[in-house]
Amino acid sequence: MKLKALLAAATAAAALTAGAAAAEQVKIGIAAEPYPPFASLDNSGNWVGWEVEVIGAVCAAAELDCVITPVAWDGIIPSLTGQQIDAIMASMSITEERMKTIDFSDPYYNTPAVIVADKSMDIDATPESLAGKIVGIQASTIHQAYAQEYFKDAELKVYQTQDEANQDLFAGRIDATQADSIAMADFVGSDTGSCCEIKGAVADDPAILGRGVGAGVRKGDDALREALNKGIAAILADGTHEKITAKYFTTSIY
Amino acid sequence: MTGLKDLMQPHRIVMMLVFAALVIWCAFALRWDWIPKYAPLALEGLWTTIWILAVSTVLGFLLAVPLGLAQAVGPWYLSIPARTFCTIIRGTPLLLQIWLLYYGLGSLFPQFPWIRSSELWPYLRQAWPYAVLALTLSYAGYEGEVMRGAFSGVAKGQLEAAKSFGMPRFTMFRRIWLPQAVRNVLPTLGGETILQLKATPLVATITVMEIYAVSSRVRADTFIVYEPLLLLALVYMAIAGMIAFAFRRFEKG
Amino acid sequence: MTGLFELLGLGASAELLSLSGWGGNLLRGLANSLQIAFGAFGLGLVIGLFGAYGKLYGGKVTRDLLAIYTTVIRAVPELVLILILYYVGSDIINKISEGLGGGRVEINGVAAGIWVLGVVQGAYATEVLRGAIKAVPVGQIEAAKSYGMPAFMIMRRVTIPAMMSFAVPGLANLWLIATKDTALLAVVGFNELTLETRQAASSTRAYFTFFLAAGFLYLMVTLCSGAVFARIEKWARRGQPSLKGGTR
Repeated sequence: MKLKALLAAATAAAALTAGAAAAEQVKIGIAAEPYPPFASLDNSGNWVGWEVEVIGAVCAAAELDCVITPVAWDGIIPSLTGQQIDAIMASMSITEERMKTIDFSDPYYNTPAVIVADKSMDIDATPESLAGKIVGIQASTIHQAYAQEYFKDAELKVYQTQDEANQDLFAGRIDATQADSIAMADFVGSDTGSCCEIKGAVADDPAILGRGVGAGVRKGDDALREALNKGIAAILADGTHEKITAKYFTTSIY
Repeated sequence: MTGLKDLMQPHRIVMMLVFAALVIWCAFALRWDWIPKYAPLALEGLWTTIWILAVSTVLGFLLAVPLGLAQAVGPWYLSIPARTFCTIIRGTPLLLQIWLLYYGLGSLFPQFPWIRSSELWPYLRQAWPYAVLALTLSYAGYEGEVMRGAFSGVAKGQLEAAKSFGMPRFTMFRRIWLPQAVRNVLPTLGGETILQLKATPLVATITVMEIYAVSSRVRADTFIVYEPLLLLALVYMAIAGMIAFAFRRFEKG
Repeated sequence: MTGLFELLGLGASAELLSLSGWGGNLLRGLANSLQIAFGAFGLGLVIGLFGAYGKLYGGKVTRDLLAIYTTVIRAVPELVLILILYYVGSDIINKISEGLGGGRVEINGVAAGIWVLGVVQGAYATEVLRGAIKAVPVGQIEAAKSYGMPAFMIMRRVTIPAMMSFAVPGLANLWLIATKDTALLAVVGFNELTLETRQAASSTRAYFTFFLAAGFLYLMVTLCSGAVFARIEKWARRGQPSLKGGTR
């Protein structure tokens, strides 16, 4: 008993002090849930995808020592303000609502929001055609905000990850889902996504859908924001951004 | 229940004042302006939590009775499956069970097109049946183990007396065995139900809009972190308190 | 049979679960889960020991505060507590660090997991250990006192060894709760077994394969721990008359 208690005390103490080391590292928060083709885990435990490569390139260009830190998506902003991470680079759109809480760098990609549904389903991306349908969306996204504003006559089902919404679309539990066009193009091209097709882009509302995806930083953390801006500008200028994009997509996403 | 005199000890008065100060500080320093907007949603969520809790405990208990009986006196072909079921339920995390049921079964639907045209489909495509099923099985697994002990604990003499009166087996079970076993488990039932209450927020991960999911929605919409969580904790404490109170009354009466 | 396997998506299970496939991820997740469970259980024991002593011998204020702690923790869902403690914990540590003039402290996932689950475990451990200490015959402790043993030595040499046999079943249960509660950390994005499983499942669409495999791993942990605790209990009861009575 004594030994066990001592061991436990030592473990606890070690756990509390373990974190104190490693200054200067910039922790880049990404969503812990897979979001292919932007960021997902491969079977050797490494994060791969377009955004992961962009993070590497931006950090290299800005001469930052970055570590990728997975955080639950629906708690990613609290994790930033609570200082568990220093920046968010998780396909987070720059919106007015989020700007009240955090600052953003310049955008590093931009894609429209689309509605995806079963091929046999005769709907388009308008509120009228989605009325009475079950629409799946990911929590804490611009898509949730948009659907809550525009698809008031649809039944909304909120998922923790887009992947789960896709899975339920495949299973037929939801009629449609609203998400990012690139991620959805990837999904409908996959085996599970073969059931479905992109029905069209939703009408734009910049106030909700934002103006592109940027890196989120704590309010007032201008040094990091500017460093990231510099890095983003550099990879856009020297063709690295384009090169990474070509590896994953057929069209430009900037 | 603690009397008024107990509460009026000097240190407790000081603690209550500190607590009151804390509450007042919370009320003014923290943000509560979101409450009116989300109150209707929160009430719906609260109702969902309560009915899921009620349905799954009642069904779970009904399932626990045969499980306990099979383990206590059943022949091997009943007791082994019953024991295996309880071991598996108690040995794996509920979250995993919920995900297995919801996403595992969901991944099968596309392979059986007839499911979608069946009459059950409107239910199968919703999330609550899976939530209720998972929570019911979980409660049955834990309570089945308790019922096993309760059935074994009924004095053999009483059963033998009933048998010597020529009572049919089922009447004996209904009139003597079951009531005594239930009385044996009653003191633990309140605690088990509170444990079940604490398991309900897990179903939010499969899109059931119960009270926890509502608080997540508030956090997502407003980026307010602590306030919804604190209120949520308070709500759960209130429900747990009511459950404890109700069972204590029930036990006495 | 193979038909059924195919239908459940278990067809390529062996390949998917191999160490070069996703099996390695699952095992890594399991290692993380066990690490946190160990840490949380240990932290819980420390809190529980202090809590139990505080509840039994502490002053009025200590006792009331501990009563509030155990009541609140046992009434609020672990998931909610984990979220609150996760955010509050890192906030407080950073505030303290800033107050002391230091930089901000980085809290890794394992430490955060141990802290939140440890605080939860502590409340249950307090109750288990309090019950066990109360079950130690008063005469034994009084005898030690009359020999002039200092309080700490009484605790070390008399109370703790004597209460072990009463505490072990409750602690075994707590350990099982600790291993299962690590699954809840999946919701805050910590890469333990359940989240690794979900990632593997959604990447390969083989939901049944991976959820069943993870269930099997958890079950193995439960069963092995059961065997270990049975031995510990036997050891703790050494020299005591058997509870079962009679010879076997």
